[in-house]
Amino acid sequence: MSAAVPVPAPEAAAPQPRPRPTPRQGLRRRAGRTGRTGRAMQYTALLCYLVFLAFPLLWLVSTAFKSPRELGSVDPTWLPRHPTLGNFRTALDEQPLLHAALNSLLVAGAAALVSVVVAVPAAYAMVRFKGAVSRAGTGWILVSQMFPLVLIIIPLFMVLKNLHLIDSRPGLVVVYVVWTLPFVLWMLQSYVKAVPVSLEEAAAIDGCGRLRTLRSVVLPLLAPGLVATLMFAFVTAWNEFFFALVLLKTPEKQTMSVILTHFTGAEGAADLGPLAAASLLATIPSLVFFALLQKRLVGGMLSGAVKG
Amino acid sequence: MSAAAATTQPRPGAGTPPPRTPAARRRMLGLDRDAWFLLLPALIPVLVLSVGPLLYGISLAFTDAQSGVTRSTSFTGVRNFADLRLDSLFWESFRIGLVWAVCVTALQLLLALGLALLLNENLRFRWLARTLALVPWAMPEVVVGIMWRLVYNPDAGILNNALRHLHLTSGHTDWLSSLSLALPAVIVVGVWAGMPQTTVVLLAGLQNVPVELHEAAGIDGAGMWRRFTTVTWPALKPVVLSITALNFIWNFNSFGLVYVLTSGGPGGKTRLPTLFAYEEAFRYGQFGYAAAMGLVMVAVIAVLLTVFLRNRLKEADQ
Repeated sequence: MSAAVPVPAPEAAAPQPRPRPTPRQGLRRRAGRTGRTGRAMQYTALLCYLVFLAFPLLWLVSTAFKSPRELGSVDPTWLPRHPTLGNFRTALDEQPLLHAALNSLLVAGAAALVSVVVAVPAAYAMVRFKGAVSRAGTGWILVSQMFPLVLIIIPLFMVLKNLHLIDSRPGLVVVYVVWTLPFVLWMLQSYVKAVPVSLEEAAAIDGCGRLRTLRSVVLPLLAPGLVATLMFAFVTAWNEFFFALVLLKTPEKQTMSVILTHFTGAEGAADLGPLAAASLLATIPSLVFFALLQKRLVGGMLSGAVKG
Repeated sequence: MSAAAATTQPRPGAGTPPPRTPAARRRMLGLDRDAWFLLLPALIPVLVLSVGPLLYGISLAFTDAQSGVTRSTSFTGVRNFADLRLDSLFWESFRIGLVWAVCVTALQLLLALGLALLLNENLRFRWLARTLALVPWAMPEVVVGIMWRLVYNPDAGILNNALRHLHLTSGHTDWLSSLSLALPAVIVVGVWAGMPQTTVVLLAGLQNVPVELHEAAGIDGAGMWRRFTTVTWPALKPVVLSITALNFIWNFNSFGLVYVLTSGGPGGKTRLPTLFAYEEAFRYGQFGYAAAMGLVMVAVIAVLLTVFLRNRLKEADQ
């Protein structure tokens, strides 16, 4: 891997291996048996991974804060010598970036909300009602992953055209709802599985109707999972590019991803700064989301993915 | 109704007896009746905007549908496929797509497996690697593409600069415009972008491997490699299979990354089949022909996956 990207380690030399690491988990005794050379090799490998994963990110951040003069220099440096916010200002002035962000926010927000609202009852039914319907649903979730978007987008384009929903934000919302549904259903199912059936039975015995049980027993228990799923759907729609590229033609309606590719058309070193700045701005929502929900998201995805 | 049924057979000291069979539970919760009602809100958009268009798209592959043409489209049978068979540009793009998907998937798996094994150890700076490994996942495809264009930039890019300082090359390589280097360069980006998901899934698989087995093998004198092949790998194999199959599909169908990096250039050297079909449909307006391409792609993926999964499952049985 490091062979593919041979870049010198810019920061921090390899940490010294410890002969006997204090075991953080009681069962990790095996670590003590790994020899000194083994440890050294492990840390070298870890360092290679860190470099590979981090250096493009560092470069993006550093480019975003460089002045145009520094960007034009023949011998670029790792860190900007005179950090400046000029690129962010240029990016916001030259392209309708704020407007595009608002478009993205509206489209992704609406799509996430509709998708989750529609998926909650379905996920519930698929978990509690194991039968042909549930199997068909799971089958669809898998099959929907297999078809190339190109095959879907052509007929969708023609359908939406007849409905006059081409080049319109509501049209994109509708497409995103359908597009995020498999993921959303998959995540929600794992959360529904965690709700004990006995609670619902207790509610039924106490005389709760179907809807009342859903509203007062199941939904409150699902709330954390709902928030996680909502944010996941939002980020997925916010990051989406292909559908937005095909369906939105008017610049005023275009979303963040599409507007960003307009920057890339211009070459020239001076434009790289604003491009990097705009890219950083476009990444903020996803980063916030992942920072907030790292553990829960990974846990939710995995309980759905691995244990089935 | 459920309350009455539940209270007819009181057991001493046990309170209300729970329903015994799944069917009884469902009946008690009234799910037989309500399942369809609950599924309906999701079912309608899925049928109208996913299943419907998919079937429509498949049927389009057998017509001469074009965009913006007022004359009605007509059924042409397998003519699109006959044309496609002789379209050397498409097959070249198909070959590139396979090279891309196989390379990216294989490298993703190898690198992610290595990283997952490291993260499963009790190392310092593990938290840093864990966090960094998640970042590519969170970034929009377009931003990943832009970021790597900055890295690969021939004059202002950090890659050439670093190579120059290490005296490995003259440092003026134009990575994304070189006929021979563009595809490998794009594959590296694909690996970078797709590694996190694979790592996370494999890490979860690793954490399900019983530590006791490892210890027992260690006491019996098995070295690190032997412990891996006899204990870790068999437990991890199902996870590896499913994530590899999924990765392959995702990679073969990927679009945004390469679109932003090279738009299929130079000279079509990185033109994945998805980009080819996109251009055919939305630049030249050949909807029917592009749909036929999409269908061929699905068919090939399905065949490859069937062969791959069946062979692996057979191995697992023995």
